Amino acid sequence: MKPEELLYTRDHEWIEKNADGPARVGITAFAAGELGDIVYVELPEPGDEFEKGEDFGNVESVKAVSPLKMPAGGKIAEVNTELEDAPELVNQSPLDKGWMVKVEISGEPEGLMDLAAYEEYLKEQS
Amino acid sequence: MSGDETREGSVRTPLYDCHVELGARMVDFCGFAMPVQYPGGIIEEHRHVRSSCGMFDLSHMGEFEISGPGADRAVRQLVTNDSLALVDGQVLYTPMCNERGTIVDDMLVYRYSADKWMLVVNASNIAKDAAWVREHLPEGISFTDRSSDVALIALQGPEAADVLGEWVAVDEIAPFHFTETKIQEHSVLVSRTGYTGEDGFELYMGNRSAEPLWRLFLKDRRVRPIGLGARDTLRFEAKLMLYGNDIDDSTTPLEAGLGWTVKLDGEDFIGKDALLAQKAEKPSRRLVGFEMVGKGIARHGYPVFCEGEEVGHVTSGSYSPTLEKNLGLAYLPRKLAKKGTAIEIGIRKRRVPAVVVKTPFYRRGTS
Repeated sequence: MKPEELLYTRDHEWIEKNADGPARVGITAFAAGELGDIVYVELPEPGDEFEKGEDFGNVESVKAVSPLKMPAGGKIAEVNTELEDAPELVNQSPLDKGWMVKVEISGEPEGLMDLAAYEEYLKEQS
Repeated sequence: MSGDETREGSVRTPLYDCHVELGARMVDFCGFAMPVQYPGGIIEEHRHVRSSCGMFDLSHMGEFEISGPGADRAVRQLVTNDSLALVDGQVLYTPMCNERGTIVDDMLVYRYSADKWMLVVNASNIAKDAAWVREHLPEGISFTDRSSDVALIALQGPEAADVLGEWVAVDEIAPFHFTETKIQEHSVLVSRTGYTGEDGFELYMGNRSAEPLWRLFLKDRRVRPIGLGARDTLRFEAKLMLYGNDIDDSTTPLEAGLGWTVKLDGEDFIGKDALLAQKAEKPSRRLVGFEMVGKGIARHGYPVFCEGEEVGHVTSGSYSPTLEKNLGLAYLPRKLAKKGTAIEIGIRKRRVPAVVVKTPFYRRGTS
């Protein structure tokens, strides 16, 4: 996925905008960098439903467990099973091979940042 | 992106600027600003130590000098292992227990001579240990806390001997022995000890020597800086104890699998009676290793179940970069503390299967 094709949360999750079908969700390169080496990703099952902002899983680095929050409410359509044996894909390719779930949402995600706003937000972080 | 999660008032070691220069992520650890990792990441650092030579800043550790006539007997009283068997220039790993036989701290004991000793203690326990030792030393034995004057750099890994060998006659230093020498006019105590399960050396020096020697070793292309994150995964694979996790003042060395450090048939020491009694009855629980069978990482504090009942908790747990598995340590009731016992680890809402395995998980030379 290209950065401009995504919308972003303040917790550094991204969601595909204008998706054709269920939208992919993952974490940004910034988040993956902050975490360090990712050694485990705990994901839900297809069919599970979540509200926007609700924890849908965890991403674990060597030192810590971090919750993953839903950028938009909906139902999980698919889960990236590659991450089970290769959690490092999130470090290597956070916007692409490191996608985590695909979620069926109704309408477009709301209250999220576009790329320009997210990049501004990142500048404020440092 | 801030690489600094230290608090105001975190004490800086003499190598703080070096860590920041190298892009380290700094955290507060027991009141010290320490590098948890450098940009390459924990797993790469861990693997570098197992295959080559890693360099650690351990200046936060505590160093106590104990001296005077009879210092040898005074030290023997404090620790469970047989420090009287040491010769000059030898080092001993030992717990230090209280009257209940539970552990005040674990440490290295260095014998310079019968009358001069150094204890090297965990950063987390410096104040507690200093008070304890002072309280239990007889009159006439002097105690000096040198912790803030002593810097400590470790070189660990199969190439550490070659790296240090360019400056020091390392072939003359046997494991668990030390020598006092000079490296480029800097006085250094070099011991062949470490906390990684690899061959390696710990170099004690005055604060002003730390930066020059750190930079000197960094010129060697085999040497990479290693943070506290990898220090923990390395010691964990080798089943070396972490005070506060695996051992504390509620655990005895016998429960922790440290019976080999407890010498009950010789001199008296604090806790001897309690440990004799526990040995006779056999400890009711034992620290064991386990390997995850289901998916998930066990971490400190997670509950352990056996046949549906909660039977213990995880003391240390992690992904193991060398074995590429998720492993852990836990205290289990004696009857369950056997290789092959099936257990479950409570990881948030799930109960994930695991199995008790032998430790250490890793032995030098097997990666």
